[in-house]
Amino acid sequence: MDSTTQIASNGHDPKMTAKELVTDQEVRWCPGCGDYSILKQVQTVIPELGIKRENIVFISGIGCSSRFPYYMETYGMHSIHGRATAIASGLKASRPELSVWIVTGDGDSLSIGGNHFIHILRRNFDVNILLFNNEIYGLTKGQYSPTSPQGQVTKSTPLGSVDHPFNPLALSLGADATFIARTMDRDPKHLQETLRRANSHKGTSMVEIYQNCNVFNDGAFFIYTDKETKKLETLFLETGKPLIYGENNDKGIKLDGFTPTIVSLADGASTNDLWIHDERDHVKASIVTRFFDNVHKENHLPRPFGIFYQEDRYCYEDAMNEQIANVISKKGEGNLDELIAGKEVWVIN
Amino acid sequence: MTKTNEVLDSVTIRFAGDSGDGMQLTGTQFTDTAAIFGNDLSTFPDFPAEIRAPIGTLAGVSGFQIHFGSVEINTPGDFCDVLVVMNAAALKANLRELRDGGIIIANTDGFDPKNLRLANIAPDQNPLENGSLSKYQVFTMDVTKITRAALSNDSGLGTKEIDRSKNMFVLGFIYWMFNRSLDHSVKFLTEKFGKKPDILDANIKLLKAGYNYGETVETFTTRFKVEPAKMASGTYRNIMGNQATAIGLIAASEKSGLPIFYGSYPITPASDILHELSKYKNFGVRTYQAEDEIAAVCSIIGASFGGQLGVTASSGPGIALKTEAMGLGFMLELPMVVIDVQRGGPSTGLPTKTEQSDLLQVYYGRNGEAPLPVIAACSPADCFDVAFQSCKIALEHMTPVVMLSDGFIANGAEPWMFPKATDLDEIKPPFIKEFNAEGKFLPYKRDEKLSRPWAVPGVKDLEHRIGGIEKQHETGNISYDPENHEFMVKLRAEKVERIADYIPEQKIDSGNAKGKMLIVGWGSTYGAIKSACAKARSEGYDVSHAHIRYLRPFPKNLGEILNNFEMVLMPEMNNGQLVRIIRDKYFIPAIPLNKIMGLPFTSVEIYDRIKELLKDEKKANKLEFASNGSGK
Repeated sequence: MDSTTQIASNGHDPKMTAKELVTDQEVRWCPGCGDYSILKQVQTVIPELGIKRENIVFISGIGCSSRFPYYMETYGMHSIHGRATAIASGLKASRPELSVWIVTGDGDSLSIGGNHFIHILRRNFDVNILLFNNEIYGLTKGQYSPTSPQGQVTKSTPLGSVDHPFNPLALSLGADATFIARTMDRDPKHLQETLRRANSHKGTSMVEIYQNCNVFNDGAFFIYTDKETKKLETLFLETGKPLIYGENNDKGIKLDGFTPTIVSLADGASTNDLWIHDERDHVKASIVTRFFDNVHKENHLPRPFGIFYQEDRYCYEDAMNEQIANVISKKGEGNLDELIAGKEVWVIN
Repeated sequence: MTKTNEVLDSVTIRFAGDSGDGMQLTGTQFTDTAAIFGNDLSTFPDFPAEIRAPIGTLAGVSGFQIHFGSVEINTPGDFCDVLVVMNAAALKANLRELRDGGIIIANTDGFDPKNLRLANIAPDQNPLENGSLSKYQVFTMDVTKITRAALSNDSGLGTKEIDRSKNMFVLGFIYWMFNRSLDHSVKFLTEKFGKKPDILDANIKLLKAGYNYGETVETFTTRFKVEPAKMASGTYRNIMGNQATAIGLIAASEKSGLPIFYGSYPITPASDILHELSKYKNFGVRTYQAEDEIAAVCSIIGASFGGQLGVTASSGPGIALKTEAMGLGFMLELPMVVIDVQRGGPSTGLPTKTEQSDLLQVYYGRNGEAPLPVIAACSPADCFDVAFQSCKIALEHMTPVVMLSDGFIANGAEPWMFPKATDLDEIKPPFIKEFNAEGKFLPYKRDEKLSRPWAVPGVKDLEHRIGGIEKQHETGNISYDPENHEFMVKLRAEKVERIADYIPEQKIDSGNAKGKMLIVGWGSTYGAIKSACAKARSEGYDVSHAHIRYLRPFPKNLGEILNNFEMVLMPEMNNGQLVRIIRDKYFIPAIPLNKIMGLPFTSVEIYDRIKELLKDEKKANKLEFASNGSGK
């Protein structure tokens, strides 16, 4: 059974530049939108990855995030709300050699697309999910989303949202994702590095990107990026390194049994007692993904960024295609006339 | 003592029993044997929605009807001649199907006080004893007792297993009654139970015991002969609708050179297509059981984007969920096939009963103007051709296509003179392998069919983006331009209309090309209409039959055909669907004949209506919106 298309190979294409990934379409995001930065970092990183441009596919759903494919000079599809994951699953299953990127948002993936989201994570197709989380519905002009904090006043919740929000990373871990990361639009270097790591991972790479919607939810993540607050509120995870943050790196996180506790290194706590990040540790991942405190709570935990969890597990498309290859090697390729005739025929003269 | 042989042109047998009694197996075995013997036949399995309703109740009755003969057989039989019942509930549920003077074969053990109670029959009103069956020929046998006696000594089986095999005894007896060979069933049992010699031996023993019972016991003096039918010369096999659909899809896959990506979600009565296709991995078929109906159709959009033959199948409720994605497929202009195996609706409806009430849904049921091609199969074997043609049209015109089947066709069987692979149409999808024109690649630049080129990821310099937003003509860039939108809506509609240039003209199936009455049908009403017309014509009525396979676009000559008749009658298993489309498009006062009972039409119901309308032509001139289908 041969396909009539060229079989793609992943040979290194040294000539690809960021410029070649720019389309002739005018970018229509609002001035100041976090998406511009994400687009730039993606266009910077992809040429380094050694993938031929014709083998790259971007699939999006609906939302501001999902306009992304129109601005990438690769194969792309702008599909329907919440379904990019389902469409990408069919594409990857049948064309496993392609590099498939899914661009989605907090509404697209965690609201209408929730079901497809958990299933793609469990199936572990080797794709990259870029989830632009701006904690709001931007394209439809300002309704709250499943990640908006409780009490948020929006167009559809003028008295404040009564919804308890999702914790996307804990949800991902619960769905058995094999790669879970968080980064942000305003830290280009961190975002680029996260994209590289996501691409290297064989399996579904779930990357949450905090993205500022300056029109409908401006400032949602400023505490993580503003000079005055970021050191106190942001915790960067690196495997092998202790959990340290704070104004002068003077705070640390220790594990008391299973309870994360904040300790002051300035007051004499030892770095030797601190929690050392290990992205392969599932139990620790289940705790650190739940560093999700409301910033108004006293003595709250900082918000972690980085690779929370990574594991190696077989990918759906490999198992599916291996099964087919095994059957063909045992039975040989099918014969259409035999199939049509079936087991028992009779002749009338 | 002598047994006589009566020769019959055709016979209809209905097997009925509790869901656990193996009536489906008995029926399909008899069918396979009759097919191999050379009878023409048509079958109708009739089972309940529940997996195992309480034993002995009316809800648990499962039936299998087969009409076979030495003459042309088009329907599973309007009434049955022989009713085999394993318990009281089966008799109560099915007696109305038996013709006066017909034969009842009853398992007396199923008519004990417990079974009578479960069937809501008063304990002193056992139908086998109270004379209520006097207009039928009733034969009773204590199947349970006989089978236990036959096996108890040396079978190595427990009572429960013995009782579960009693359908083999019944099958053996019916084989005797109709002078049939046990060979096929012995072969089947040997394959099925090869690794369990105890069970194999017991089943074969019972099969033979049933046969010998007929031979020996004096109550049964008449046997029946139904000779092989004069069918066209060729090589035949027996086939069921869902099976034929699966094989048709694989045939299209082979002819087009594209592997199938089948994304699906289990739903009655379409699940068997998934089961069948999952057995054929050596044809490169990828079967994907998605998390829901929407994921199933979306997965095939992805696969199609990647250059494969994307197919999904479902029934009414699942198609309802898929509509947004079908609209996306239409807007993207990607090839894919969506199969609707219709069942009783609306909502959950009657999952195991047949109906053809999704036509308007697949015709119109998407947001905006999204006319999809629709093709309908008319019999089990026809599913092969229709599945194949649906793929061909989807691939060559770059469009989703809807194939309509229904529960009756899906589970029914008939003999099929099958084609050779070399005789099948070629399928040439419009792949573009390299870009060597000037300027930029235009993903929506069209050919004379108005279909666009298929540029698939992996091919250099053809990078492009497609999406559900309205697009500029040829470039495919997002466009909100008012004139462009109207132009594109009409262009997409015209693309579908031009498919009419590539499909065969409508034929008259039987009767004159011009005349008093034309019966127009679609889908599984084919056999009943054909029979009804033949009977009416034999009595001098001027009635013809046209059966439409291509529902959108219609064949180019359909209007002309409709106008050649004074009256058009349209039997449908719905509340009037194709009749509305025909009236709208061709401005004729087509008359509906509706049956919405979860059962196929009988040819008598249609025949009675033909007579009624042609005898009193004044009645026929009134436009009728409601019409009872029973013909009574």
